[in-house]
Amino acid sequence: MHELGIAESALQTALEQARLNQATRVQCMVIRVGALSGVDPEALRFAFEAILPGTAAEGAVLQIDPVPAVAYCPVCAKDFTTGTDHFFECPKCGHLCPTVKQGRELDLVRLEVS
Amino acid sequence: MHAKSKQNGHVITVDVRDPTDVLPTPPGDDLPGAARTIDLQVRLLDENDRRAAKNREFLKMRGIRAVNLVSSPGAGKTLLLERTLDALADEVRCAVLVGDLETDNDARRLRREGLPVAQITTGGTCHLDASMIARGLAALPLDSVKLLFIENVGNLVCPASFDLGENRRITLLTCTEGEDKPLKYPPIFTSAHAVVLSKIDIAAVLGFDRALALANIRRVAPQAEVFSLSSRTGEGMDGWLNYLRGLISF
Repeated sequence: MHELGIAESALQTALEQARLNQATRVQCMVIRVGALSGVDPEALRFAFEAILPGTAAEGAVLQIDPVPAVAYCPVCAKDFTTGTDHFFECPKCGHLCPTVKQGRELDLVRLEVS
Repeated sequence: MHAKSKQNGHVITVDVRDPTDVLPTPPGDDLPGAARTIDLQVRLLDENDRRAAKNREFLKMRGIRAVNLVSSPGAGKTLLLERTLDALADEVRCAVLVGDLETDNDARRLRREGLPVAQITTGGTCHLDASMIARGLAALPLDSVKLLFIENVGNLVCPASFDLGENRRITLLTCTEGEDKPLKYPPIFTSAHAVVLSKIDIAAVLGFDRALALANIRRVAPQAEVFSLSSRTGEGMDGWLNYLRGLISF
């Protein structure tokens, strides 16, 4: 439900970076979206479509790199992937693991500008 | 300029280009190859998270710890808060922000001598957000306050998504809601620092399976401390109060 605010935030960052790099157009934005970030990639795309026109990023390609959720089991001393269901149960030993190592990312990681 | 020639099969080529020449960018549309790549690592916080971070900083500077109580409507947030404020009255200076869609009934219930309490009337909004908390904080006299309670709007879905700048999020689950509530509404439990299982004095009457409820809480929120208590009878209140005392002791 916050995808519009996130898209705005990404767009402002991208435009600022383009200016700093003496570029006039943003052609591509790459955003890493974790499975536990609470962001729906389709809603994020929809939000970008709404806000890009009329800016230097109009027509830019939005690349969304999904990041799977990974938790750590201290009993097995191993990482495991958990999907999006918020249950961090080790598939091997059943231990409930509070340590999430990745999956909450919501980062702008790359731009292509010209 | 320099020139060099070499024999290339039967054809002789003479290269007279200046190696330092830079090719001009052709006019017209951008060429696909003209793009430059900028690598970044920027966290995309939305506006609420920015404001929440400001609230957190504001509270930290004043030495105030903030606790955000979330639950369904009717899970017992206000009664737990009443009992908690009474129990801590002589030890810790507290303040309260309480959110509801309408009325200041809860704030009236929470009024205590010397206790700063403000009702945030959201007028239909189903959760508190960080900017409402900022306005509430501006309205409260916070001198020597050590512990701020935020009683969120009763709602088990939306408050999960809104960081208020609190130090601890506490989710209440009450016996009447059924043992599987944590499985049906995971985010608000997953994001909780502690879970309070409330109204345990009536659990037996309801045939409530406490072990199953606790297992479900642990499944969704293995990180959370769990307190089983009854605000009405006082059973289990000590553990909860000690948890709060622990928060302000560092």
